[in-house]
Amino acid sequence: MRTFVFDGTFEGLLSAVFDQYELKPETTRLVWNKFHQPGLLDEDHIVITDEAKANRVWQGMKKKISLDWQQRFYKAHLSELPETFQHLFDFARYIFDNPKGAETNYGHPSVMAISQIDKSVNRERHRMKAFIRFQKTSDGIFYAPIEPDFNVLPLIVPFFKNRYADQMWIIYDIRRKYGMFYNLEKVEEISIDFVPDIATTSTFLPSQAIDEKEELYGLLWNDYFRNTNIPARKNMKLHLQHVPKRYWKYLTEKQHN
Amino acid sequence: MSSRIREKLSILADAAKYDVSCSSSGGNRKNNNKGIGDSSASGICHTYTEDGRCVSLLKILLTNHCIYDCAFCVSRKSNDVQRAAFTVEEVVELTMNFYRRNYIEGLFLSSGIFKNADFTMERLVRIVKKLRIEERFNGYIHLKTIPGASEELLTEAGLYADRMSINLEMPTEAGLKLLAPDKSHDDVKKPLGFIQNSIVQFKDEKKLIRSTPKFVPAGQSTQMVIGATPESDMEIMYSADAYYKNFDLKRVYYSGYIPISYDERMPMIGSQPPLLRENRLYQTDWLMRFYGYDVKELLNSQNPHLDVDIDPKLGWALRNMEQFPIDVNVADYRLILRIPGIGVGSAKKIVQARKFGRLRSDQLQKMGIAWNRARHFLRCADSIFELSTPEAFTVKARILAESNSKYLKIPQNQLTLF
Repeated sequence: MRTFVFDGTFEGLLSAVFDQYELKPETTRLVWNKFHQPGLLDEDHIVITDEAKANRVWQGMKKKISLDWQQRFYKAHLSELPETFQHLFDFARYIFDNPKGAETNYGHPSVMAISQIDKSVNRERHRMKAFIRFQKTSDGIFYAPIEPDFNVLPLIVPFFKNRYADQMWIIYDIRRKYGMFYNLEKVEEISIDFVPDIATTSTFLPSQAIDEKEELYGLLWNDYFRNTNIPARKNMKLHLQHVPKRYWKYLTEKQHN
Repeated sequence: MSSRIREKLSILADAAKYDVSCSSSGGNRKNNNKGIGDSSASGICHTYTEDGRCVSLLKILLTNHCIYDCAFCVSRKSNDVQRAAFTVEEVVELTMNFYRRNYIEGLFLSSGIFKNADFTMERLVRIVKKLRIEERFNGYIHLKTIPGASEELLTEAGLYADRMSINLEMPTEAGLKLLAPDKSHDDVKKPLGFIQNSIVQFKDEKKLIRSTPKFVPAGQSTQMVIGATPESDMEIMYSADAYYKNFDLKRVYYSGYIPISYDERMPMIGSQPPLLRENRLYQTDWLMRFYGYDVKELLNSQNPHLDVDIDPKLGWALRNMEQFPIDVNVADYRLILRIPGIGVGSAKKIVQARKFGRLRSDQLQKMGIAWNRARHFLRCADSIFELSTPEAFTVKARILAESNSKYLKIPQNQLTLF
């Protein structure tokens, strides 16, 4: 068994697939360099991320799997889970070694694994569409900090760009330290580490930074949330299943209880 | 100013909460005027209340003043509750400001009837028109049809709303007459039919003229209250089935009655809402709409009530053991869907995957089927040959022994001492 060490990027993953077909080891263990611990006896292969190689592999994938599965393959890598890369690597090998259409073989472990990871990433993406809460700042920009389990920010940008076409907004991933800013024209990637008056670790902006009506609408939303509940039907288990506690600190309706 | 609007919102959200629909799906409005909002086809639940219900829309009444005195309704004329009314501007401002902060998918606007039907409907239409035209709002709007409103007003409303709904209130005419003598199901059928015909007309026209506007693109729905009057599950579901078929409804909602009055005709205040029954009715509804069951297979004069301890799909399978086991490697998709423990997603995966080779039990389990239930009803590549089909009651006992119903605090198989 050979160990391939790569840099954790999508291009790196595809380059590893390229190297596989060049070096042809029988079984390969793919390890993200962040988690790599060299063994005593193995001779590790360091994958050099190469855009040309990656592109060739991706073009090859595109010829073999449907558009839907190309997207699943891409989305699965955003999960950033160490075991996902091995699954993606095995999946790519399985696709290249078999005739077209092999991606629908749900009896195959790699196909099923990608299908499940895709489901998790989609769920997180959907949660972000639901749980993002904008705060209107005093300069009229709508700001929302997030901390998703997976790196789904790139996946939700088109949704928010279409929806809020007439307002400026920033969605900032606190954990991964980058954000997206929509300036009414286009969306740009930003990093606001150096702006002193927006603390990127706290979820709600200080009162001097927000619009004068912001607090009122937060309160009204809380009033609505409480009054639309039917106490006779109380079911906290179901409530927690739908709104897990780790999201509460970003939810306006969970702040004034 | 801010305390009055907070008070109004509290009263009018509280009065609207018994309408269970909060769906925002099925809309297809696009933001192509560089305005605000679009509809997500799948709908989005932005949060969930502590009762576990989805909050997708700002669901409010325009007012809870009402000229009617329906016994099951919290806003009935004779009930001593605080009354309030929003202005058109207040509703528009709340909707826009909640939407811009991504709290909601849109507005669900209903109202008590003040003065008369047309007067009320005209106010509702004025709000949605303002949202669509002045605010260029493309989010989701669910609008109540006021029974007895003129066809002109309904047509105008349909041009701005994504979904319209009108509630049957009680599953049968007799039940409705008992609690609301002024109302009848015919008052509901007339506008449902009128809007349904208009939807079809607008769709036909759109095939010829592309600029034809949308008309109620997310269709119509209705709601009935369960457990306030003594209908059987069979009566409820036959009624739902007829409305699905006759009016092409997108949804029928079943709302377990929550006691809100001391009226002797209905369950007492403080008695538990029938949550389990409501759940079984929804399961039946899903089987009718997505699993190809005819309502008569699930409920008939031999079985007028749904089982309490098992779901209706398992109940059907146990009553029809001669149809099982089903071989997942050869059976038609529609038959695989009938195996308890296999849903639409897994059934589709099975049909695709079996082209690559006969499926084994370990592969089926990885696909996410509920193996504990399904294994009694299917055959796969590594099934052990069995001479006879097992008896329904032994299968039921085995399944119940292995599972825990979320509704039963004490497992059914446990012996009680006294």
